[in-house]
Amino acid sequence: MYFDSLSAALSMDGHGPYVWSAYAICLVVVALILLAPRRRRRNILRRLSAEQKRQQHGQISGNEGK
Amino acid sequence: MWSFFHKLGSPPWLYRIAGTILRWLLPVTIVALCVGVTWGLLYTAPDFRQGNSYRIIYIHVPAAAVALAGYYVMAIAGAVSLIWKMKMADVAMKSCAPIGAALTFIALVTGSIWGKPTWGTWWVWDARITSMLILLFLYLGVVALYEAYDNKEAAGKACAVLTLVGMVNIPIIYKSVDWWYSLHQPASIKMTGDTTIDPSMLYPLLLMIASFYALFTCCLLMNMRAEILEREARTGWVKKLALGYRS
Repeated sequence: MYFDSLSAALSMDGHGPYVWSAYAICLVVVALILLAPRRRRRNILRRLSAEQKRQQHGQISGNEGK
Repeated sequence: MWSFFHKLGSPPWLYRIAGTILRWLLPVTIVALCVGVTWGLLYTAPDFRQGNSYRIIYIHVPAAAVALAGYYVMAIAGAVSLIWKMKMADVAMKSCAPIGAALTFIALVTGSIWGKPTWGTWWVWDARITSMLILLFLYLGVVALYEAYDNKEAAGKACAVLTLVGMVNIPIIYKSVDWWYSLHQPASIKMTGDTTIDPSMLYPLLLMIASFYALFTCCLLMNMRAEILEREARTGWVKKLALGYRS
């Protein structure tokens, strides 16, 4: 490791706040673009599966919608 | 060969193959990103002139490079969907836009943070920075244009045209540091001629660039999977898939 201690790695001779904040923002954005499509796909599947269950239920009890 | 192109146009096949690729590519990408970030942040020596602030290079350059490469992908997909009316190309084009916007945003913000200790300012209206800002607006424009139309076919056409017209911005971004006097430093890694960066800094940078390409691919495939499901919601194969889905 280049730095002697954790505090040296955090301060980076005064450049620490710039470097660490840049990496933090990057991490947040990368996490967002990775998690958003996963959430969207799961929501679609959940919605479709609920729709189908509703339809099946409607057919069994004989009061189908349209 | 032709059967491959035929399969590419098939939503269930594309959905399945994207899932298979993601199953190994996604973990590899995340591990590579973690290794690259740790290497760049903690295991490299500081730059002799810029000090430690240069460490931002390990996210700034990969994000900017892949933001540009992503625009090519979006433009090619847009051209294919315009010319051959291929539905899956339209899906690919739409899926590129938010990822490209996110990467351009990362490049701009990290560049701005890097500029403060290095140039003494957060922002300058410099050719490279301004053309990157236009790239961000082009990506956001495609996202917004899709939402603006009710007719998705017309939306796809309009977005493809916008994407292709926006291609003029790409050579401007590449050449901006050579054409105009600029605060932004010229490229250190060159395809031809000598690379002006020390190998101890070059290897983690190359790893990060490769990781960001992989990240773009992962996000693109994930977005496409979600988009395919939504567009094919009324078809038999999606209904079957949803039936087997346990939340």
